Amino acid sequence: MEPFAQTLARHDLTLTREPTDTLQVNVGFLCNQVCKHCHLGAGPGRSEVMDAATVDQVVAYVARAGFTTVDITGGAPEMNPHLVRLIHGVTPRAPRVMLRANLTALGQDQHQPLRELLAERRVVVVASLPATTAFQADAQRGQGVFEQSLATLERLNRLGYGHPGSGLELDLVVNPAGAFLPPPQAAAEKKFRADLKREWGLVFNQLFTFANVPLGRFRRWLEKTGNYQAYRDKLVNGFNPCAVEGLMCRRQVSVAWDGILYDCDFNLAAGLPLQGRAIHVSHMAAAPEPGSPIAVADHCYTCTAGDGFT
Amino acid sequence: MTQYYDPSDLANFGQIGDHAPELAAKFFDYYGAVFAEGELTAREKALIALAVAHAVQCPYCIEAYAQACLEKGSNPAEMTEAVHVACAIRGGASLVHGMQMRRQVAKLSL
Repeated sequence: MEPFAQTLARHDLTLTREPTDTLQVNVGFLCNQVCKHCHLGAGPGRSEVMDAATVDQVVAYVARAGFTTVDITGGAPEMNPHLVRLIHGVTPRAPRVMLRANLTALGQDQHQPLRELLAERRVVVVASLPATTAFQADAQRGQGVFEQSLATLERLNRLGYGHPGSGLELDLVVNPAGAFLPPPQAAAEKKFRADLKREWGLVFNQLFTFANVPLGRFRRWLEKTGNYQAYRDKLVNGFNPCAVEGLMCRRQVSVAWDGILYDCDFNLAAGLPLQGRAIHVSHMAAAPEPGSPIAVADHCYTCTAGDGFT
Repeated sequence: MTQYYDPSDLANFGQIGDHAPELAAKFFDYYGAVFAEGELTAREKALIALAVAHAVQCPYCIEAYAQACLEKGSNPAEMTEAVHVACAIRGGASLVHGMQMRRQVAKLSL
């Protein structure tokens, strides 16, 4: 296989930063689910969780750097005891704050105040839902997750999320339930919108399809089931040079639970820090400079396959 | 040759043009046009292809279109229903020939 950096060079492409307007905050690998496609290997046994001091340093960085979007992810961010502190800190400073939720944690009764806070602060909820069938959703995310996810979507809809004009944005993320690429986004959005409305009366705003990244638990599953090589080849053969320009890593920087910065959440999983060294968020004076290089590795083929990962 | 079907044949299918490139080009152009979005969606066409693959019992096509159906957003329940459509038509095709049998029996019988 040709290394990703070499493929870029062969196409006369370089992967460098545009002005960075988004900070992705990974508040930890602790999760109530053990999804088979997780590139981080998140789960109930993980102890890596962002502490209150780091949360405060992240909030200060948002203010210093002037990020317009803050994208909170995990693990299950709801399981971080300082999530509310983070939301209170970033919502006045960034015009757009997003919370990536797995729906089962967010739907728990104990998180009713959190759901109300999200609505009050107009936080965008980006929810994982890989399929409109229990068979595929539960195969990826665990037994019973599909039913619980629908229940949470219903609760969010009741709060106003997903309804046009409500100002409460509810987006869905579809990752394939296996070693295959995601469907085209527009077609998937049309089918999910029809299925969810018809079967359960549920609504959402936008849907995004993302390919699974062959790292962490998903990589181990691919290897164990003999799917790794074919999946990797599919990503490599699907390299689309036109996708490079729109890659999310060009406008985003990720901060991990321990405050260390990465070009993206996948480089975080792969242990490839920003600019090749462990830079703590408290030491960053501003957003990374436009034109600065982005660390690449072979998992980057995931984001350049087909239409790309933007 | 130790086996009639080799999984690598599918990936190497393009080599079929080695000795007849113009015909291969015409075929693959046509093939691509058939599966493009049209009055039917690409997802619907992949489901039809999956059903036909089972009717003609082509292991290459079954492998290719099982994956294609998943990547077009179909789920296993829809794919299984498509296979049942192929099964019903194949079974029905056999059974309806029973009418020929009946005519022949009637002709020969007292």
